[in-house]
Amino acid sequence: MKIHEYQAKEILKKYNVAVPKGKVAFSVEEAVSAANEIGGNVWVVKAQIHAGGRGKGGGVKVAKSIDEVREYAQNILGMTLITHQTGPEGKKVKRLLIEQGINILRELYVGITLDRALSKNVLMVSTEGGMEIEKVAAETPERIVKETVEPELGLQQYQARKLAYSLGISGDQLRNCVKFLTALYDAYEKTDASLAEINPLVVTKEGNVLALDAKMNFDDNALDRHPDIVAYRDLDEEDPLEVEASKYSLNYIKLDGNVGCMVNGAGLAMATMDIIKLAGGMPANFLDVGGGANKTTVSNGFKIILSDPNVKAILINIFGGIVRCDRVAEGVIDAAKEMHVHVPIVVRLEGTNAKEAGVLLNQSGLNFEVASSLKDAAEKVTSILSNLEIN
Amino acid sequence: MSILVDKNTKLVVQGITGDEGSFHTQQMIEYGTKVVAGVTPGKGGTLFNNIIPIYNTVEEAVKEKKANTSAIFVPPAFAADAILEAAGAGIKVIVCITEGIPTRDMIRVYNSIRNKDVRLIGPNCPGIISPGKAKIGIMPGFIHHEGKIGVVSRSGTLTYEAVKQLTDVGLGQSTCVGIGGDPVIGSNFTDIIKLFNNDTETKGMVMIGEIGGTAEEQAAEFIKKNVKKPIVGFIAGRTAPPGRRMGHAGAIISGGKGTAAEKMEAMKKAGIHVVESPAEIGTTMLKAIEKLQSKKAAPARKVKTFKKVKVISKKSKAIKQKVESKKR
Repeated sequence: MKIHEYQAKEILKKYNVAVPKGKVAFSVEEAVSAANEIGGNVWVVKAQIHAGGRGKGGGVKVAKSIDEVREYAQNILGMTLITHQTGPEGKKVKRLLIEQGINILRELYVGITLDRALSKNVLMVSTEGGMEIEKVAAETPERIVKETVEPELGLQQYQARKLAYSLGISGDQLRNCVKFLTALYDAYEKTDASLAEINPLVVTKEGNVLALDAKMNFDDNALDRHPDIVAYRDLDEEDPLEVEASKYSLNYIKLDGNVGCMVNGAGLAMATMDIIKLAGGMPANFLDVGGGANKTTVSNGFKIILSDPNVKAILINIFGGIVRCDRVAEGVIDAAKEMHVHVPIVVRLEGTNAKEAGVLLNQSGLNFEVASSLKDAAEKVTSILSNLEIN
Repeated sequence: MSILVDKNTKLVVQGITGDEGSFHTQQMIEYGTKVVAGVTPGKGGTLFNNIIPIYNTVEEAVKEKKANTSAIFVPPAFAADAILEAAGAGIKVIVCITEGIPTRDMIRVYNSIRNKDVRLIGPNCPGIISPGKAKIGIMPGFIHHEGKIGVVSRSGTLTYEAVKQLTDVGLGQSTCVGIGGDPVIGSNFTDIIKLFNNDTETKGMVMIGEIGGTAEEQAAEFIKKNVKKPIVGFIAGRTAPPGRRMGHAGAIISGGKGTAAEKMEAMKKAGIHVVESPAEIGTTMLKAIEKLQSKKAAPARKVKTFKKVKVISKKSKAIKQKVESKKR
């Protein structure tokens, strides 16, 4: 699960991670009163969307007066912000973070995530703050310093010191930096985060170490124990179809292609997407209907897939296994009738009673192409797509 | 032969009284797996299906019934604890089927049992099956056939797809291991490939990976140096966008790492037969095995045919002589 920058900073503050004074604003008036409340004479107006690269896209402005705060808030609220992470359609800005201005001395980087090769968490720091860390990793990997955390012990003080020294931090700042890293790891661990990224981590002219930006992602499997984090979910940031699908407990991800697919199992769903591409089409979605594919799940699946106007054909690929295929076929037929599905459907059912299932589908009088294998399914999709092109 | 599970497997099912646990225990028994005990805290002293004793702890199941393998079906919030309990009780092979265990719990579990004499498979996996011997998990038994190919995979139904293809081409499987789709899992590709490599009955392997992490690349490194048996590989998720979790918690391209293209490249470099289409896993494996057999058989066959020809000519000579003598 992803959250906004201001929400991540609220969480970090609870764990004693130093962040600038700031407040969220949903309107221009709220932005102005937030600036007055924060005080000082320099403020930063920051667009809040679930994507990076906001500064480059014009979503972050430094205001030197309350009038400027009002002006920037007016400009940014409601704008469609396009960054390298939003895609060409961009994202509409509905929330702002108003923050105190900071006297920046140095911009650094710190990130915490799981090192999957070791199955342990790893802290990464770099002197190249403000840059995309993937770029730094690819071009100058020596500028990233890592410390692996032993799960039984947690982050040790010496590790935090080592990282701080590697950033060229010493003297009074060192204590602040060690405190910052320790608190950040604590927040990461206790909130079941899958990522905590501070980019940039800044050292101020006054010697403070604080999080100028903050990005946190959370382990979906652990959300049950964090109702406070679940409350941060912003449905405006998610694809409406994906939100709808999650209500039916379907695992759906919208993509840009023309062939919808409905599959049981995540691996097979990805493989089915791949086979659609090999057949000359592009997958319109990822959809895993889970273990038991029945009339209700298939109906809901159709509903979601067909809400996407780009879908020209559908491939259903269910490996029945323990579930009987004739039952699945009945579900597919009922659902297709009920939903008045108008696009051609290739159905491939495998497992117990697969033959009987094929007969049922063929005799249904509906627009089904029954495939006998994965290869056959791919060929049938190809022929449908080439027919579409001709017409 | 086979790896990890066989006729000597004595299974204890943790979470045997739950919906999933009881359904699949029944299925495993029907397949011929020796299910010796079940564990559900608070239900000790009762029986499953009127025959299989249920205990409060895994320790009792090990002590009373000599259980050596465990299948875990308990809900995600209690699954980490169940794995640790099984390991603590001296179980040697733990198969955790449960989906949705928090990563933080699994980091703790993985690192605490890593150096112990126990093999954890999963979590979030279909389990292990040695066809004709034992089935520990939720896979449909009937698509499998005793044979010579080892299968290792991160997925469930995609594994069944590959298994079906291997059965259809007549190769069958020695053992199939679903290692699971989570970011932290007990055994990775390399662990299982090592076992298959040492198993004399396993003549070839199928390796099914997916986007996310670098486990496939690490396995490719190992294969390049150590494995001579033919391997067919497939990576699911070539069309998956970065930054999106594709169903499995572990199937995500993040920080530019874990793309299908990278994995396929590393596997090709290690000499693995990487297939573009998941529909070609079975036929590609068959070709690789046939090629291997013709290579091995080639010199032997020459000698044989030579001998045969000789025998025939001797025989025909004899017949000719006989006929001729009769004529005389």
